[in-house]
Amino acid sequence: MKFQEELKKCISDVMPELDVVIGWCASFDPLHATPHFMRRKEDIDKLEISPLSVHNLATYLPGLRGKKVGIVVKGCDSRSVVELLQENLIDRKDVTIFGFPCTGVVDQSKIKKALGHTGNVESCEMSDTALVIKMDDKTQTLAMAEMLADKCSSCRYPDAVISDYFAGEKIGNKGEKDVDYAAVEAFEKLSVPERFGYWLKELDRCIRCYACRNACPLCVCRDHCAAESRDPHWLSQENNVRDKLMFQVIHAYHLAGRCTECGECQRACPVDIPVLMFKQKMNQEIREIFQYEAGVDPEATPPLLSFKMEEENITEKVW
Amino acid sequence: MGLVKYLKSADLTPWLEELAQENKVFAPRYEGDAVIFAPFDPKQEISIKHAATMPPKKTVFPQSEKLVDFTYSKDPEDLSRVMIEGKEVLPEGTAVVFGGRPCDVRGFTMFDRVYLAEKTTDVYYKARRDNTSFITLACEKPETTCFCHWVGSSPYDATGSDVLATPIEDGYVLESFSPKGQKLLTSKLLENGDRWISKGQEVNENAVESLTDAPDLSRAPQKLLDVFDNMNFWEKAAAKCLSCGACAYLCPSCYCFNITDETTGMKGTRFRSWDNCMSAQFTMEASGHNPRPTKAHRLKNRVGHKFSYYPGIHDGVISCCGCGRCIKSCPVGIDIREIVQEAINHEPAIG
Repeated sequence: MKFQEELKKCISDVMPELDVVIGWCASFDPLHATPHFMRRKEDIDKLEISPLSVHNLATYLPGLRGKKVGIVVKGCDSRSVVELLQENLIDRKDVTIFGFPCTGVVDQSKIKKALGHTGNVESCEMSDTALVIKMDDKTQTLAMAEMLADKCSSCRYPDAVISDYFAGEKIGNKGEKDVDYAAVEAFEKLSVPERFGYWLKELDRCIRCYACRNACPLCVCRDHCAAESRDPHWLSQENNVRDKLMFQVIHAYHLAGRCTECGECQRACPVDIPVLMFKQKMNQEIREIFQYEAGVDPEATPPLLSFKMEEENITEKVW
Repeated sequence: MGLVKYLKSADLTPWLEELAQENKVFAPRYEGDAVIFAPFDPKQEISIKHAATMPPKKTVFPQSEKLVDFTYSKDPEDLSRVMIEGKEVLPEGTAVVFGGRPCDVRGFTMFDRVYLAEKTTDVYYKARRDNTSFITLACEKPETTCFCHWVGSSPYDATGSDVLATPIEDGYVLESFSPKGQKLLTSKLLENGDRWISKGQEVNENAVESLTDAPDLSRAPQKLLDVFDNMNFWEKAAAKCLSCGACAYLCPSCYCFNITDETTGMKGTRFRSWDNCMSAQFTMEASGHNPRPTKAHRLKNRVGHKFSYYPGIHDGVISCCGCGRCIKSCPVGIDIREIVQEAINHEPAIG
């Protein structure tokens, strides 16, 4: 990435004032990156920004409250930072935001599907248009556009919406087109038994590891989650798919009007359950009722964190 | 050497169908984009080309199981006197697990030392363990996250397995490693395997050859104890950890559980369900004190338990089977190999 050196210099200049700067670096194979916590100048050399920089690092911010933290953000990640600021869960003065022009990140599940498996990747070359992966004595070229996460194809904010330093040329907000909920709408055309059947099947393999919850930048209850509360005992410990579904519903409701659809819940799921759809549905409703988009304006108040005597789009029950 | 047989690829499904007549058979198959062990269904294609997303852990150690059904009743003479009657729910029936990998199945031998110990035997675990047979698939090529050879195993290790199946051209060389395994190999679908033995050995040897050098982990138990109080070390190692339970629940050798009594009215059930040391509630005490208050304390426990505390009381056996699932399925790519090696190479600051 062309702006990477510029970004490294930026971070290097500010680092003396910070406790830690979070970015990404290479991971266990050439197809994966991993969050990188930079504390010393030499750590900066390892910083790598690429379509493999999938993790939303904003997840770490509430846990580091009180420390001076630098964070490298994609456009989508920056919206989580904004939402955390809106909800007063982090302090603006303590967070230094480094933005860059993001051209999209990959969806590892799509790559796995395209290649059959990704267990033996020897090398991975990336350009704007392609991923060239060497594995099992074969070289395979995948079109980048087809391997990008779904959120990237409809992304309107490729540049960070908030930043203290920005490396590279801004791409600019993309179009006026509203977020596309076509997948949710198509799903809703199915009958109730079909929809319920779909979730019973998908959630059956849930192992209740709560990676979906812990990867979510806005799941800030952390160690005090309703899912694991013993008293009251909201969810049964029986291996019961309805209780797994119940947790997803609790999660989605807690995120209504707060979720920026970064997709970390779904990406983190070790058994690939498409749990993002629950949150997309909530957001679709919130947009309709409150004309609100989460994590764009640090000064705005999320609709469910405020109260109005008369809501414009909610018809009071007529007695 | 046990019984050696040969199975043609085309006969695999008929063989599993045959086994399914008397046993519950589990085999890996796609559910969504994940490969999990599910009850064998001849109409659904099994997926055995690569290690499954989930190990077959739940076949012997279910995600959640009923231990006891209980009922309260009141003494009609004295209503303040409440009596309880419990009924143990023991697992029944036999099972055959096809398509686990050597690492997956070897994981149960680490359970055995805990659940089948001389002084205390876990009757629920024992019932399933005794009644489950494993037909394990030898690996042809290790993945980038594989490290079974670091922890005393190999791509064709039959430890814990009843039958080892080595894939060769158009079929499998099957070798039994227990009386249970011998019984599994009596099917008429199988032919004498003697003339295929050398082919199988070749596949096994090639797999071993493709492994990279394994570092020496003999100092790990002591070195991990040396860094026990070094919270800087653990905070650095755990900085990116999300403290979720994916690593533990995907681990073939993680055996921790929670017990919950769930009561409705006068009836209730005692459940045992998976638990994991990455969860804050794992060590939460009734007083409100938590001896492992941060994710750094918890990750320290997970690594320490596998590579130091468990070997310390179990003849030096590392309670990690090297399957690499905790690495490849970690949402943030934490690499346990890296942490162990860092501990081994860690030199305390002088002064």
